[in-house]
Amino acid sequence: MLKLFLSLFLFYSSTGFAADLAKDPFSSVQWADMQSAFMQGKRVVFDARVKVKTPAYAENPMNVPVTIDATELDNIKQIIVFADFNPIPLIARYYPSNAKAILSFRFKIQQSSPVRAAVLTSDNVWHIGGAWVDSVGGGCTVASTGRLKADWADQLGDVYGHRWVSPSSNRIRFLIHHPMDTGLVSGIPAFYIEKLNFMTEQGEHLAEIELFEPINENPVLTLDFNNDVSNRLILMTGADNNGNEFSAEFKP
Amino acid sequence: MKTTIKFFVFAVLFFVAINVAYARDFNYQLSAKKVADNTYVFVGKTEDFSFSNGGNIVNTGFIVTSNGVVVIDTGPSLRYGMQMKEAISKFTDKKIIAVYLTHHHPDHFLGNQAFIGIPIYALAGTVNNIKNEGAAFTDNLYLMVGDWMRGTDAYEPTQSVEPGIISIGGHDLEIFSYEGHTNSDMAILDHSTGVLFSGDLVFHNRTLTTPHANIAEWKRTLMVIKRLPFTVLVPGHGAVSKNKDVLDQVLDYLTWLDMSLTQAAESGLSMAETMEIELPKRFMSNTLLKMEFSRSIIHLYTGYENKVFARVN
Repeated sequence: MLKLFLSLFLFYSSTGFAADLAKDPFSSVQWADMQSAFMQGKRVVFDARVKVKTPAYAENPMNVPVTIDATELDNIKQIIVFADFNPIPLIARYYPSNAKAILSFRFKIQQSSPVRAAVLTSDNVWHIGGAWVDSVGGGCTVASTGRLKADWADQLGDVYGHRWVSPSSNRIRFLIHHPMDTGLVSGIPAFYIEKLNFMTEQGEHLAEIELFEPINENPVLTLDFNNDVSNRLILMTGADNNGNEFSAEFKP
Repeated sequence: MKTTIKFFVFAVLFFVAINVAYARDFNYQLSAKKVADNTYVFVGKTEDFSFSNGGNIVNTGFIVTSNGVVVIDTGPSLRYGMQMKEAISKFTDKKIIAVYLTHHHPDHFLGNQAFIGIPIYALAGTVNNIKNEGAAFTDNLYLMVGDWMRGTDAYEPTQSVEPGIISIGGHDLEIFSYEGHTNSDMAILDHSTGVLFSGDLVFHNRTLTTPHANIAEWKRTLMVIKRLPFTVLVPGHGAVSKNKDVLDQVLDYLTWLDMSLTQAAESGLSMAETMEIELPKRFMSNTLLKMEFSRSIIHLYTGYENKVFARVN
């Protein structure tokens, strides 16, 4: 009797649990963990309007390009990007307060995995999009190429970039010299850029991005700001987890 | 009675299954195609590496001279090299006396172990590249084609060779040292038959691969090759051709690739956005177009970005 009761209880609790979790199109065994790690119990929907563009095969597991495009959604509070099967799943958190919901960068992948963007809208719903990336693996546990040379520190924090302004576009692309060490390589502690802030010269806040260990060495980011600040100088400031500070400016 | 039938059906299915398994027992089914006097090519599929093709995506060849057989490239695995040797022995009793490797990519040299004891020649740059990258290539191919690779190791060339004419058993073979597909690409022209083995400087109806490419050098090399006195072209991948237009196909794609990546970088596209640009119809007949274009972006796009970016701090 007790057994029957217990099994009924387990049955109902498991179905209840299943109903709480949105059905993952990739059927990833990590999905429940991802949801509890990043979604804070809020409602989750899989949404085709969140586009994750990435090649199906990671030609270079240390540099997998991705473009996240959630511009079909409105009232976005933040976008998080993660790869279920990476040893460190979280890749980036983006807060586009006066920017478009589109961003691109490259990241390291350790094995074949779903790569997802979760977009939190102001009604407290997470909208999830994703793509599957196949990989022969190893992207997170290989020393950065800069580590093989002695002079990487000479260029640390140097920023190279360009800005594109047109009636429909207010885009910046830039590269920051940084080894972005994951801490997963023996003898090389985690060393990565943690945060970049973007504002106009007048102090209007535009966007903020938090980067994590899986972002590639010498990161290249592409961000699109709103058109109403097209004619303003954009200032970037940021820091890594060792306290090194970075800055750059993008003229219109 | 029913049981007997069941057993019979089961037995038949069992033997069919066994036969299918054996038919696919890592046999590359190599059959040599004669392309000129004494000259034969094993033409590979124009596919990517897979568990079903075992890496047989490459053209290798051999020339039967009066002194012995000269082999050009050894294929993707020890098994391929062994099967190549066996296939060659069906054509001639002559011994294999020399192996030439066109470049250091794994599908062209990982059959080397089958030729241990025979001099294996490559350009000095290729010898160096195999030393540096051979082991990693081997690991990668194990992941991509699986058990076809069993026993395969990166066996280095035994000698480096300088460009120039080598006369062997009535054939004048001219060794050329080029670059473009990699930083060390050999082409071999047999002046006696007019056959040019271009290695991967030429692909035919198969989209180019660019992991170590330098587009400007590659184009310069193709202009030089165009002027060589050959009548039969054995590309690294794709069908053998008697038509020099095949070179124009390669040039056309390289020119388009260079222009497209320049435009994409100048207009501010990310890598993933560049992968979505429209591909010209004239390249659609080349296999693996979309996939190789995406791979080329990973290989080459940072160079184009760096030309557009300027210091901003």
